Amino acid sequence: MVYILPIILFLVGLFGVLVKRNLIKMIISVSIMDYALFLFFALIGYRGEGMPPIELKGAEHVKFVDPLPQALVLTAIVIGLATTALLVGIAVRIYQKYGTFDIEKIRKLRG
Amino acid sequence: MYFLPLFIGLPLFGAFVLSLIKPRRVGDVLANLINLSLLVISFLLLRFGTLVYKIGGWEPVNGIPIGIYWVKDGLSTLMLIIVNLVALMATIFSVNYMERFTEKNRYYCLFLLMLAGMNGVILSGDMFNLFVFLEIASIASYSLVAFGTGAEELEAAFKYQIMGTIASSFILFGIALLYSYTGTLNMADMARVLATKGTAPVVFVGALFIMGFGMKAAIMPFHAWLPDAHPSAPAPISAMLSGVLIKVLGIYALIRIIFNVFGITPVLSDILMVLGTISLMVGGLLAIGQRDFKRLLAYSSISQVGYIILGIGLGTPLGILGGLLHLLNHSVFKSLLFLNSGAVVYATGTRDMQKLGGLNGKMPVTGGSSFIASMSIAGVPPFSGFWSKLVIIIACLFANRFGFAIWAIVGSIITLAYYMKVQRDVFFGPLREDLRETKEVPGFMKFSMIILAVLCVSMGLLLIPQLRNILLTPAVEVLKNGIEYAGLISY
Repeated sequence: MVYILPIILFLVGLFGVLVKRNLIKMIISVSIMDYALFLFFALIGYRGEGMPPIELKGAEHVKFVDPLPQALVLTAIVIGLATTALLVGIAVRIYQKYGTFDIEKIRKLRG
Repeated sequence: MYFLPLFIGLPLFGAFVLSLIKPRRVGDVLANLINLSLLVISFLLLRFGTLVYKIGGWEPVNGIPIGIYWVKDGLSTLMLIIVNLVALMATIFSVNYMERFTEKNRYYCLFLLMLAGMNGVILSGDMFNLFVFLEIASIASYSLVAFGTGAEELEAAFKYQIMGTIASSFILFGIALLYSYTGTLNMADMARVLATKGTAPVVFVGALFIMGFGMKAAIMPFHAWLPDAHPSAPAPISAMLSGVLIKVLGIYALIRIIFNVFGITPVLSDILMVLGTISLMVGGLLAIGQRDFKRLLAYSSISQVGYIILGIGLGTPLGILGGLLHLLNHSVFKSLLFLNSGAVVYATGTRDMQKLGGLNGKMPVTGGSSFIASMSIAGVPPFSGFWSKLVIIIACLFANRFGFAIWAIVGSIITLAYYMKVQRDVFFGPLREDLRETKEVPGFMKFSMIILAVLCVSMGLLLIPQLRNILLTPAVEVLKNGIEYAGLISY
């Protein structure tokens, strides 16, 4: 049931993106969603009392944790970094143009 | 089989080189050369059947694939041809069009990264690689939307990226759930495990994927970013985004997973058809009221994507054929229309349709090709759009879905209405006083518009059995065979 926790965190992030009016807070919420997914991936790979998946001499029939999700999380973190960097870059340029981070005041496009 | 890495390697190489060098002519030549060679290679792929490329030569152990696989089958070939064709036309158009922007080589660099991402999504036989390539293409497209760095471009790019990132999170969440259930990431292996172990998680994961990929494809309830993002990008990029990006990242990825991994069920089929019909109607109705040329085209994209989803969602071979043919046609005429709008902006400096008028006399090539594209998208015979819409409507009738057929016909009439409006406001009628000095656009832009217009006229020929058996039938077979895709792991 520990799987519920990342899902709650994911929903917190989703709520933040949908409700917050400040660009920076929206970026932080997106990052929270990302982190929730990373935690979820790490939990999938977890086995109770598992060892790191390294073959040692003498130690046979050891229970390993699943290494694949860990590799996936590393890749996903890198992607998340690129996304956040680009979002922050665009937010800075928006601030230069509009002089505000408030999404209500940034409305030149018609719906 | 050793062709396949070129589709990702060549654009990545080009992007790397172009980020380092300054001279503009080198960028023009290199980007066009890369796209031309990719188009030639994707036509060569027609000669082969199914190909599987194992990266690093990792063979399956006990029938369980352990490496990263790239898969080329009929559907991938169709998508590769259309993506690289539109990309080549867009880069030829950019040679003249992008002269007015600074940093042309950075533009080509991002363009090639986006192309590498899309080719990767098409070839990937592995869920997580699909996600990684999808993110490469998306991130490149976010920055290309913001490329003009005006206030509106930045606002559109931010909105687009927030929506895109939420979509990616849903997709990644779905992949995580599927991995925890099946213990594999390879799509063919996943189809096999789901077939033997039961498809319990498919309902929830399917909903996540429809939300995620639906946002990327701009299906109706998830479409809000598209009418802002597509008009804000430079015209060749709008052509790429509307022409192929939403189809590769959205429709292709969705149907590949739903048909080949999950197996299509009546419930999924109904959901797709209803979503398709809603997009088709609402997108069309919203397009009628637009004054901005490119914004109208963007709403029209939502509407035409609805047709594709409706056709493929039917699940019958005829419906799939119609959907795929419409996908192919829409890529051609929508990218042509966006290039036309780019040419109009290039010549007059505005895209407000009420400030334009009577351009046919001054810009015969742009006017003529946009007339062909408009008639084609509106479904006037004998242009290409007529045939694909006809096949979709007939498929609806054969499947006893008369309601959907009627909606498709009504949608087609609405499409005709707003493209008549475009033609009347922009190209026909009296020439406005302030547009007396307008000149036709330079040679490379004319060249790519003419090529696409010729394709618009002739694409209906693809339904002739001899040609159909080369391109469309193998793609339809892939989707019709559904989860027999699992047989790929024995390659």
